[in-house]
Amino acid sequence: MNARDNILGRLRATAAVAPPLPGVGSWYASHHRNEDLSQRIARLRSALESSHTEVHDTTPVDWPEFLLDIAAKKGLRNLLIGEGTPHGVTLEARHPENLQLIRYDHPIDSWRDRLFDEIDASLTLARSAIAETGSLILWPSIAEPRLMSLVPHVHFVLLDVSNIHADLHSAMRAENWKESIPTNALLISGPSKTADIQQTLAYGAHGPRELIVLLCHRG
Amino acid sequence: MSQVISIHPDTDFKDRSRTVLNNPGQRKNFRGAMDFLQEKRRGQFPDQDELAGLRELGATIRRYSLARLPQLLEQLEKNLTANGIQVHWAETADEANAIALNIARKHNARSIAKGKSMVSEEIEFNHAMAAAGIDAFETDMGEYIVQLAGEKPSHIIMPAIHKTKQEIAALFAEKIPGIAYTEDVDALIRIGRQVLRRKFAEADIGLSGVNFAVAETGTLCLVENEGNGRMCTTVPKVHIAVTGIEKVVEKLEHVPPLYSLLTRSATGQSITTYFNMISRPRQPGEKDGPDEVHLILLDNGRTQAFADEQLRATLQCIRCGACMNHCPVYARIGGHAYGTTYPGPIGAIVSPHMLGLNATYPLAFASTLCGACVEVCPVKIPITDILIRLRNEAQARPGSAKASLRGSGAGRNNLVSAIWKAWSLVYSRLGVYRLTSWFMSRGRDLSPTEQGAWTRCRTPLKPAPKRLRDLLKEKK
Repeated sequence: MNARDNILGRLRATAAVAPPLPGVGSWYASHHRNEDLSQRIARLRSALESSHTEVHDTTPVDWPEFLLDIAAKKGLRNLLIGEGTPHGVTLEARHPENLQLIRYDHPIDSWRDRLFDEIDASLTLARSAIAETGSLILWPSIAEPRLMSLVPHVHFVLLDVSNIHADLHSAMRAENWKESIPTNALLISGPSKTADIQQTLAYGAHGPRELIVLLCHRG
Repeated sequence: MSQVISIHPDTDFKDRSRTVLNNPGQRKNFRGAMDFLQEKRRGQFPDQDELAGLRELGATIRRYSLARLPQLLEQLEKNLTANGIQVHWAETADEANAIALNIARKHNARSIAKGKSMVSEEIEFNHAMAAAGIDAFETDMGEYIVQLAGEKPSHIIMPAIHKTKQEIAALFAEKIPGIAYTEDVDALIRIGRQVLRRKFAEADIGLSGVNFAVAETGTLCLVENEGNGRMCTTVPKVHIAVTGIEKVVEKLEHVPPLYSLLTRSATGQSITTYFNMISRPRQPGEKDGPDEVHLILLDNGRTQAFADEQLRATLQCIRCGACMNHCPVYARIGGHAYGTTYPGPIGAIVSPHMLGLNATYPLAFASTLCGACVEVCPVKIPITDILIRLRNEAQARPGSAKASLRGSGAGRNNLVSAIWKAWSLVYSRLGVYRLTSWFMSRGRDLSPTEQGAWTRCRTPLKPAPKRLRDLLKEKK
């Protein structure tokens, strides 16, 4: 007998009666706020701001302007972008003078130290967001890998405001996560932080010190 | 009768408690931290009806998951395996460490970056690795501080809660080369960030716990604020997750209510900075993430709790720490006095299954049974009922029907048992009762003047000169 059989054997030896399937869906349905898009945007913005996130209203046309402007003000030297993403290509086409664009175009194993030591900032897309908790939903991909939203000190996130869900439960359901869950799925709700020293809040524990969200309004 | 009756003979726990009680600085740290955490939690639940509904939902999900535990574990294993995550089973702490060590040896690992994991504390992972020459280093800021000081966490959510920033400033200045003394919290965190970034980049293996394991999708969920958990599970080539077998839920949709209850109850946050859901190792074409992901499923006494319907509720726990944050005993003696990995009310009810009642039964008595823990528990564990049950188990005669746990009867004291037996005899037979009370009232001057702990700061107890019965007779 191995550990697996022993453990499962002991568990099976007890006849436990399961209560009915929890009514998660109905609980969320009865606590659902009937909000229109503008209300969801407002709630997302206020939750993000209360968790120390910078939020800007932009359009599909002017977001690069905002980004380059903020980058200049913060004195960022470089920006990590994904490989072949539409927003990455848009930025590259502008040939910014004072911001070096670096593509995440080969596996981390060959440039780990450079990522940790030299990259100031990054730009990724959020696939959607959650109004209730001020959370960005990221599904890192081959084009925009996992470490982009973790290692650089400043993280820019581009979010199409039409993709804001009321809560995590509706996001999972609407996007059918059950059938399509990726290697890594993330909720990000602010810059990295800790209160481990005498309950004093400090930002930039291990991940980005600053999180900057560019809300992209279409039309 | 000047001898002090020692009802609970374990002195280690009492000695440790006494040490803390005589340390005003540490008591102040704990009191301040508990007040802070209670206030933060209260702020998250302004609507009592919503709280009641969500707790009921959370408790139902946990009970449902536990009732189907063997099926869910098999489903989890099947889906994780299909996703390319390797599943291991460990009955004991030693087995879990041996599994991790095997993986480490296969990769010639010299250093392991650790995300916050109470199960890794439970199995004393760092020691086991150090014994094999592997450096397992903590990366959660609180855990990093505690490891630097050569201590253990005193709280399951805030490991360094017992330390002031002055103590941490002195510790950093002493232990980290080239660091000057500073009490500035931002500066201290920046120092930790710099030191650990280097180490993340060089670690061979990342170790993490698991907050929820989802059976239907084969997903490991991790909850954190700092980003060190994401570092440990993304940067090194190998990721090992270690978890108790009770952490599994059936459906993805069971996660949102539990996650909301967890963060709001624990630190009074509506959500944590990161919620990290891992379902696969690095896939072809992906540019980062570990090539191998392992999950170690640990029993370590949990099946003993599972086997008993009442004690099974212990396994509903989602490790938020609200019970200790609201416990009048924990607030006064702190986490280290318990001497167990999990302190506070949850520690008192879960540790006996891991370590046996003989080593842990005094903890079941370290409670006023005020019920604050039960009131705040987000998954409605009847902690006080379980404490009373464990007290009975501790006093049970070994081999009797009431002794069902490892170490039952360890707290049995024959003198005390005999006294209670006599008491029950006197109070259940009228004739004996009348006779006894007659002798007590007439012989009251023979009462001892030293009555143990009672007379340390009170006058001795004496039976009344006349029984109630006698007084009533006189009235007629």
